[in-house]
Amino acid sequence: MNQQTIFDYTIHLADNALVIAQRNSEWCGHGPVLEQDIALTNISLDLLGQARSLYQYAASIRNKMNGNDQATEDTLAYLRDAREFRNCLLMELPNGDWGQTILRQFFFSVYQYNLYQYLQRSSDNTLSAIAEKSLKEVTYHQRWSSEWVIRLGDGTEESHRRMQNAVHELWMFTGELTTPAGYELEAARENIGVDPASLKAAWSQTIAEVFQEATLDVPATGWMQTGGKEGRHTEHLGYILAEMQFLQRTYPDSKW
Amino acid sequence: MSVQELEKIFQDKIDREVRIEPKDWMPDAYRKTLIRQISQHAHSEIVGMLPEGNWITRAPSLKRKAILLAKVQDEAGHGLYLYAATETLGITREQTIDDLHSGKAKYSSIFNYPTITWADIGAIGWLVDGAAILNQVMLCRTSYGPYARANIRICKEESFHQRQGFEILLVLSQGTPEQKAMLQDAVDRWWWPSLMMFGPRDSESTHSDQSTQWKIKRKSNDELRQQFVDMIAEQAKILQVTLPDPELKWNAEKKQYDWGEIDWNEFWNVVKGNGPCNKQRLDARKKAHDNGAWVREAAKAYADKRKEREEKEIKVA
Ligand SMILES: [Fe+2]
Repeated sequence: MNQQTIFDYTIHLADNALVIAQRNSEWCGHGPVLEQDIALTNISLDLLGQARSLYQYAASIRNKMNGNDQATEDTLAYLRDAREFRNCLLMELPNGDWGQTILRQFFFSVYQYNLYQYLQRSSDNTLSAIAEKSLKEVTYHQRWSSEWVIRLGDGTEESHRRMQNAVHELWMFTGELTTPAGYELEAARENIGVDPASLKAAWSQTIAEVFQEATLDVPATGWMQTGGKEGRHTEHLGYILAEMQFLQRTYPDSKW
Repeated sequence: MSVQELEKIFQDKIDREVRIEPKDWMPDAYRKTLIRQISQHAHSEIVGMLPEGNWITRAPSLKRKAILLAKVQDEAGHGLYLYAATETLGITREQTIDDLHSGKAKYSSIFNYPTITWADIGAIGWLVDGAAILNQVMLCRTSYGPYARANIRICKEESFHQRQGFEILLVLSQGTPEQKAMLQDAVDRWWWPSLMMFGPRDSESTHSDQSTQWKIKRKSNDELRQQFVDMIAEQAKILQVTLPDPELKWNAEKKQYDWGEIDWNEFWNVVKGNGPCNKQRLDARKKAHDNGAWVREAAKAYADKRKEREEKEIKVA
């Protein structure tokens, strides 16, 4: 198996988890009610933990390829530029209101839930172990976020309007989740990874069921934005990285 | 039974170290003092999330980010325990929070100082949590049961936070010249405000006597402050930082440190609302609360709808 493919695939999984964790963590201390501030922070922590395991694995692959030990979880997170990030565009979008953040988490958690179920059976032992461990967390993320989508969708007139608006804002970024990049197809062929297109039906079904209970309309499938998986991002990612990476960039080669 | 007799029984319990529980009779002033103190403590936890939260997105490594995120989340948890303790005294969380937003209730002034560099996150853990722990360890034995128990839970996590803060600074102390300068600068800025956390001098403190008699407080402001200086002055040696007080020195006779005078002018100024971040902190809390109103309303409306539906289903069945 081509090591570069495993590296790209792992980095893509890690970037997804890190970028959405980074976005969610902006809420910490600013949530609408204390219990939910804590709940979303929990999810951020889980996703950050997943990202770390994945970056550590990616770093070990890169070091093996390069015959040195220069790559670490932190060089991968802090010293790559936007064009090298492989996360889906959905993760990097601004938080918007609480409803929009919840909805993004819901779209992603349903995707991750389906993905990790398959990834548990990956022929790559490290990836399967990470998937198995993360699945417990993601099962909770999916439940928590779907409950909130329902609560807000079927809450008050205002909350319904806000949620429907969030659906319109985010919908065109959902297609990328299940649109395969080259390294995903290759990883799937080797039974290392999963072809995300194969997850589309299950993803759509859960979305439809939860939306129905939430009294939200599923938009007619229109144009879908893609590119993040190949490193072509929105304008937002550069700002996320500028903020996240600033200490590492300002004080190079320092230990923290 | 007359009020005098009830008061005698109450004070007798306190003297015998029997914890007061929510259903026990207690003097009105005791209840009011506790509501004021516990809600102020709760607000401090919540407002305290802001200066540290300021660095979550910029933490310099993934490990530091995870530790900081978990720490700020712990503070939210502490707020929850404490709001629950105030509720046992007959005041709702909403009322308590309204009092914070209207400016009627206070929170610890320390959180009105800005976190300007990463070293500030270490300094808060080391100095601010260090000071808070001394207070909270004392409060583990406070006379009101729910408040004592809340503090026991808090202390377990807080000592962890202090170690993590110290560890941030220890790494800086072994780092580049820039990192060492960052460390010293943070200590320079946080030292005096940390000493102020223990409140006015005993001779100036308005609430202390009665609180001591009721065993809400078991050590005076000045005693706790001395304990803090003695502890920190020793730890500062390990970090190789200078505490910004030329008068700070070991007094072999008293077996404790002597130190200089706090700038009480600054202390009262920040209490009155003129600290560098008083306005920002309160604005941030109000904004979070206001922006969250529709979420809380929706959750309530949804819960009501569900209940209604369930009742209908029961009737039909
Ligand atoms: Fe705390």
